[in-house]
Amino acid sequence: MIERRTLLRVAGAAAMAPLLARPALSQSGAALKIGMITTLSGPGGYLGQDIRDAFLLAMEMEGGRLGGTPVQLLVEDDALRPGQGKQIAERFLRNEKIRLMTGVVFSNVLGAVVPDVLDADGIYVSPNASPSTFAGRECHRNFWSIAWQNDGLHESAGQAANDLGFRRMFILAPNYQAGKDAITGFRRLYKGEVVGEVYTRLDQTDYAAEMAQIRAARPDAVYQFHPGGLGIAFLKQYVQAGLSATTPMVLASPSMDSTTLAAVGEAALGINVTAQWNSDFDNPASRRFVEAFTARYNRVPTYYAQQGYDTALAIGAALKGTGGRVDDLDAFRRAMQPAAFDSPRGRFAFGPNQHPVQDWYLLKVERGADGKPALVTKGKVLENHGDAYAAQCRI
Amino acid sequence: MALLLEQLLNGLQLGVMLFLLAAGLTLVFGIMGVINLAHGSLYMVGAFAAAWVAAQTGSALLALLAGLAAAALVGMAVELVVLRRLYARDHLDQVLATFGLILFFNQGAILLFGRQPLFVDIPEPLRGAVEIIPGVPYPAYRLAILAVGLLVAAGLYWLIRHTRTGMLVRAGATHREMVRALGVDVRRLYTLVFGLGALLAGLAGLMAGPIFSVQVGMGEQILIMTFVVVVIGGIGSVRGALVGALLVGLSDTLMRAYLPALLRGAMQGPDADALAAGLASMGVYLLMALVLLLRPRGLFPAHG
Repeated sequence: MIERRTLLRVAGAAAMAPLLARPALSQSGAALKIGMITTLSGPGGYLGQDIRDAFLLAMEMEGGRLGGTPVQLLVEDDALRPGQGKQIAERFLRNEKIRLMTGVVFSNVLGAVVPDVLDADGIYVSPNASPSTFAGRECHRNFWSIAWQNDGLHESAGQAANDLGFRRMFILAPNYQAGKDAITGFRRLYKGEVVGEVYTRLDQTDYAAEMAQIRAARPDAVYQFHPGGLGIAFLKQYVQAGLSATTPMVLASPSMDSTTLAAVGEAALGINVTAQWNSDFDNPASRRFVEAFTARYNRVPTYYAQQGYDTALAIGAALKGTGGRVDDLDAFRRAMQPAAFDSPRGRFAFGPNQHPVQDWYLLKVERGADGKPALVTKGKVLENHGDAYAAQCRI
Repeated sequence: MALLLEQLLNGLQLGVMLFLLAAGLTLVFGIMGVINLAHGSLYMVGAFAAAWVAAQTGSALLALLAGLAAAALVGMAVELVVLRRLYARDHLDQVLATFGLILFFNQGAILLFGRQPLFVDIPEPLRGAVEIIPGVPYPAYRLAILAVGLLVAAGLYWLIRHTRTGMLVRAGATHREMVRALGVDVRRLYTLVFGLGALLAGLAGLMAGPIFSVQVGMGEQILIMTFVVVVIGGIGSVRGALVGALLVGLSDTLMRAYLPALLRGAMQGPDADALAAGLASMGVYLLMALVLLLRPRGLFPAHG
């Protein structure tokens, strides 16, 4: 871990090296430190890796700066352990005197990290997890969500099921908080009939019993939320049970990213996915991001990479407004709120609870130009969609 | 009716999968007295080796051989290098050391293969579904797993009941000291048994590849269930492992399938679903508690 951090410092310094030649920087003093607490180890490690790499990419593209301010990114791995995340946050606050933090991937880690940061008058900008707790009554002036409020993922899937004309849905999610949120979110906008609602276990690997239930219920389509490895096992078994031929599937983006796609292969063809962005978006900002990311890291960016990139851009826009200062919290908020950056997603704004108001898109897994399955954007599902909790927020 | 039959088949199939893992675990624990937490890692080794070879060569047969060989060799190496030093030690030391092995194998797999799950396809002849029950297509691959599992069970029965090695294994499980006193090379027997256990775990892992997710940490997910099977069946007994595995597989599958419907007859929809999900996840542990209450040494205790 120490090695990784040193490495990143070196990488950050290398990115800034061409700048050092410029006289301007030598006068502006030390770089602004930004703390990134993210998940880099374990099965979910690739999410944090993409967020980190895209954030660094945004810094590199501006020559080691964000919004004209030289910045230094300190990265630490929380290993998906809330306790570890909290310790890192305390160390960042106390030893490194960092006031601006970002990076957490998973909601349970976020719950342990963010209160400490906010209590110490720090600012937290979330590139991924945004549970309802920070969106409604408990919203905070210094908490910003860049990706989405968690429910948005599932609401858009519910709307997509309406649009696709699915009248009878079978829905499944693991029996834990995010799984329950998924079911609630999906039901919020879905207007048809739910013919089956099943909670699976988080440690479950065999879904044969669920497959038989789905077949017996004869739904128009299936919605399931199984992140990471769970989703891969579920999809494979779904195809092997012969269900993919008869029953289409609607998914939220965390259940089907380019990594999952590579592990599932052909089995994923025909699946509907909703997301706030996709790598085939045809706007200048998105093309620029995808080109730079692919050239730098030699892989297709996932949604998480895009979220990490937007997080860096949003922070850059705020720093530009404040002249690189993060100690005046009101000034930072005023500069952040207009979201004055060019997001690859297209339209992006902050709602009253400082969570995104954005468009959601329907993607479909189809055979790409190279014959391999790829995510292809099909159209818009929701426009200017905020979240259900914004009304309860009094900032 | 067809649905019930299908669910029974699903339960049996999960059961034989658990049996392959539990057989090795119970032998190692029964004969050597070692609690091997790293058994799940051998399952992972089998899955990764087979997935890698399948991706490189495209041959299912080579993948099968590679998975078996890798798991057995790694297993025997672990026995020679690490476990051999732990037989005389306290269970706590063994748990600590084998837990360390889990971390070692997981990090090793990350270094070699990365964090992204690997893709494994079903071998060509086993793709598609077979209609064994009219109107219900059942995946051919799952039937193959069921068949392999039952064959292995029969093979183990023959090995343990009707061969000289099997006699030593049985004797080792019940009268360890006596076997040693009679001049049997216990060390070689231990390595052999551990290798056999690892081989079976590898077999389970490589067969699981096409239906589960081949990723770091996959062994730990299924290890807990395996321990439940071993405890229910009676430590050291392969027959117990088979009965325990089928019991756990069937009860887990049937509870997941039918509890929600049963409870929905008695109470409100969402409450019934939530309660059923909770009860179904507790199901196998309740079963274990019940068995321990009635037969504190498991169903077929090996030690006298």
